[in-house]
This record gives sequence, C-alpha cells and structure tokens, in this order.
Amino acid sequence: MDRRSVLKVAGAVTAAATALVALPRVAFAAYSDNAFKQKAGADALQNAFGASATTPSDQVKLKAPDIAENGAVVPVEVETDMEAESIAILIKENPSPLALTADIPAGTKALVKTRCRMGKTTQVTAVVKSGGKLYTASKEVKVTIGGCGG
Amino acid sequence: MKKIIRNVAFGLLGLSVSAASVAGPAEDRSAFQKFYENRFPDTPLEDFQNGVYSILPSAREQWEAIEEFPPYELAIERGEEIYKKTFANGKSLASCFGEDGAVREQYPHWNKERGMVMTMELAINECLEANGEKPLKYKKGAMADVSAYMSYNSRGQRINVEIPSDDPRALAAYEMGKEQFYTKRGQLNFACADCHMHTAGMMYRADTTSPALGHATSWPVFRSKWQSMGTLHRRFAGCHNNIRANPYKAQGEEYRNLEYFVSYMSNGLEYNGPAARK
Amino acid sequence: MSSIRIKAKDRKGLVDVKCLMKHDMETGLRKDKSGKKIPEHWIQDVTAEANGQVVFSCAFNTSISKDPYLAFAFAGKKGDSLKISWKDNTGATDSAETKVK
Repeated sequence: MDRRSVLKVAGAVTAAATALVALPRVAFAAYSDNAFKQKAGADALQNAFGASATTPSDQVKLKAPDIAENGAVVPVEVETDMEAESIAILIKENPSPLALTADIPAGTKALVKTRCRMGKTTQVTAVVKSGGKLYTASKEVKVTIGGCGG
Repeated sequence: MKKIIRNVAFGLLGLSVSAASVAGPAEDRSAFQKFYENRFPDTPLEDFQNGVYSILPSAREQWEAIEEFPPYELAIERGEEIYKKTFANGKSLASCFGEDGAVREQYPHWNKERGMVMTMELAINECLEANGEKPLKYKKGAMADVSAYMSYNSRGQRINVEIPSDDPRALAAYEMGKEQFYTKRGQLNFACADCHMHTAGMMYRADTTSPALGHATSWPVFRSKWQSMGTLHRRFAGCHNNIRANPYKAQGEEYRNLEYFVSYMSNGLEYNGPAARK
Repeated sequence: MSSIRIKAKDRKGLVDVKCLMKHDMETGLRKDKSGKKIPEHWIQDVTAEANGQVVFSCAFNTSISKDPYLAFAFAGKKGDSLKISWKDNTGATDSAETKVK
C-alpha cells in the first residue's frame, strides 16, 4: 500500500483517531522513545512501567523456538493466568530490547502473540505486570545463519 | 562442452532404459517413494507435502505459528486482483483458465503438438501474450502472486503427471529431468539427489535439507529468507547458485523438464500451495 | 484498501483475534542499493476496539517483524464489531473493521 493512499486513509480516520486518543485508557502501552529506544532492558521497563525490579515466575508462560528458523520472523507468545495489567517482551541483544508492551483491560485474556526480529542469539524475556509488580520468564533463542540461502 | 556431456549422459540413460524394459518411470517413482518412506518412517505419506516440516518437529512448530496468519495471504490477494484485471482487449486471465483459475492439477503436462513440457507459469504468460499483454518475469512479483491465487484455489487437487506412452519425446523429457536431478554440478559438486535424497534430513551448516518427495506440491512459496513470494524455478535457480553452479533460465527446457520429473515423483500427493517456508 | 487483515472468531465467549498488518517496519539500520540509509518507519501503536470499548492495545519498536502479526483474545461474541487501528512513527494511521464470526 503506498504512502499516498495510507495518508488519504489517515485523513479519513483523523476524526476517529482523535476520538481514540480522547477515550479514557491506561497509557502504559502507548509508544514512547523513552521506553522503546532504551539500550538497557531495565531502563526500558522503568520508563514503560515505572518499575524495573523483576521476579521470575513459572506462571508466566513464554513460548519461543529454541533455534529460530529465520531471525527476521521469530514467533513469540506470552500468556499467563495471573491477573495481568500489562505484558511486555524484551529481546536482550537487539539494539533496543523493549520490543512490545501490551495493555490488558478487564475482560481481555492475558495473552499476546507476535513475530519478532532477532539479530543474533539472544535471551528473550516475557514480562507480566500484575498487582503493580513485574514477573518474568526467559529463554535463550538461538539465531543462526543457514547453509542454504539463495 | 556442457551440451556434449549432457548428450552423452543422455544417450547412456537412453541405452539403460531400453535395455532394461522393467525400469520405467512408474518403477522409478515406486522406488523413489519407498526410499523416503523407509528413511522417514514416522512421516505419513501425505505429510511429505509439507517439506522439511514433515521431518523436523522443532521447525514444524514455528511453521505452524506462521500458518496462523501466513504472509502468502497477501500474495493471494494481489494475485486475485491481477487474475481478475481486464486486458486491453476486454478479456482476462479468467478467459484462459476459468473463473477461479483452479487448474493446478493440469500442470506440468506434456504438450504433444509442441513437443514440450507445459508448466502453469508458462501457460500464464502465453495467455497474457496471446491477448496482447506484457509477459511477466517468472521468478517473483506478479507471476508469483497470480500463481499463488491459482494454486490456493486448487488446494486439494492431486499431482497427476502423465508420461504418454505414445510419444517417446515425453519420456525423453522425463529422462532429462531425471538426469538433472541426479547429476552432480557446481563448485560444490552436488546433485539435487545428494542433499534432498541421500542426505535428506541432515544438516548443511544450520539448515536441514528437505526430502525431494513432496517438493512439487507447495509452490509458489513465501520464503522467510526472501521475505517475498517465489516460484519453483526461482528456487531451482537459487539452489544452483548455492552450490556454485550456473543456474538455467527460468521456464527454460531444463527447469521445465526437472519440474516434470520432480512432479511425477510426487504423483498422488496433494497440491497445497501457496506455502510458507524458511 | 486497508493494510490490516483481521480474523476474529468467537470461541465460547472468548473472541480469538489474529491480525496481519502490511507495513515495512524499517529499522533504520538498512541501506539501499546506493548505500544510503533507509529511514526508520514502523508501527508504534495498535489499538483494538470492540463495540466502542478498547479491548487490547500495544506498542512496538522495530524489533517487531515486517508485516506485523498480532494475536490476542477478549471477552466477546459472534456479531460484535471489532476495529483495529495503528499509528506509525510518521504519524500515518490506518484501520480496519470486521464482525466477529
């Protein structure tokens, strides 16, 4: 889709977009350079959630491959049964580790699935904010350069 | 030089075929399928249509995650637009291939009048040119998109390649394709059979090679590596580049005959394109 | 045509949503053929509303793959109206609406 048509659409939905911003909503998940361009995961979490202290928990379920088929498209899934306000994904060795934050309003399942880019073998951490505290689960995802490109 | 070697090898193959009247394509296929069933006893025959994912559970999980919303769906949409677009003369691709283009099972086939193997992509371009439209490049872009749309609508059809017994040229084309498959080439001196048969399921650096059984079922493909759609002939050329061999021309005689052979070997399997692959 | 494709299915009161958003998600680290850096261009915010209420929202950096995929689930039912919108770093926006199946 070219930029012109995107901008036309943008014009058409400006009214709706403004209404969106005006709706009362928890601001944690809103994008900010302050959180998403931080080089250190702890700083990113501090700026995104106002806290950086984390506790590992086996109630945080992180699903990611042991060896990524392709570093450009790595499926990552985070889920928890805890009462969660937010979910985040950190990719340690990426230029800026905070890849995603999501708001979980009441009535929404604490689940998010997406596909991430990983430049090299790295630790992936799922973060769940529950009761004001941060809980995590981590695993290493290996990224290799294959033998059969072309 | 290449042509001389080819013709000599060709002749040798021809000799062996006529000398042993039992060893024909049907027997080749039987032996081919049996090889993979024995090598991968845990893989149901139908599942070979899924390439390396039929033999590698860890990769399969990632593939299934991608299949939740595969990138080739965008290609199918683009393909549908192209398929339904009216030509300058008022016709469209639908005039050649029917309302939904579900013609995958008709290709590849031996065309007796022209004495050559017809593939779906070649037919698409011939339809365009016959109607005064510009032909498409064969490896990616619009051709891959349109092929994705037609293949998607053809899902469930089975590969049913025939080698008509009343035309010895058809058998010759099959034999040339077979020779392409088994001939070592390139600086790395590999044949298709080396990676995809003899060592199928083993690793080359960080890649596991897929079994050749099922290779023809799932095209065109969205390859993560390409971050775009590509046709079977794009992959043939890519593989040849990988082993540092000069690739043949897309939709040239060599790749069409190779497609003829590889498809025949997978007769009976379901067409399940377009697909997502590593 | 919208850049957003949505699949939303009612599974016993929990609506399973899968969406694919066509977007380059340029990291700003790539160079074009002439060696010039391709500027960063990525979706920053995504919001999902059902029947006028925000049911999910998230923010991305450029670690999210090209043509971002997002899946989530919210309490809802067949026939609900679901709208997904995004905003990228240039201020451009897009949205798509569908009915839960």
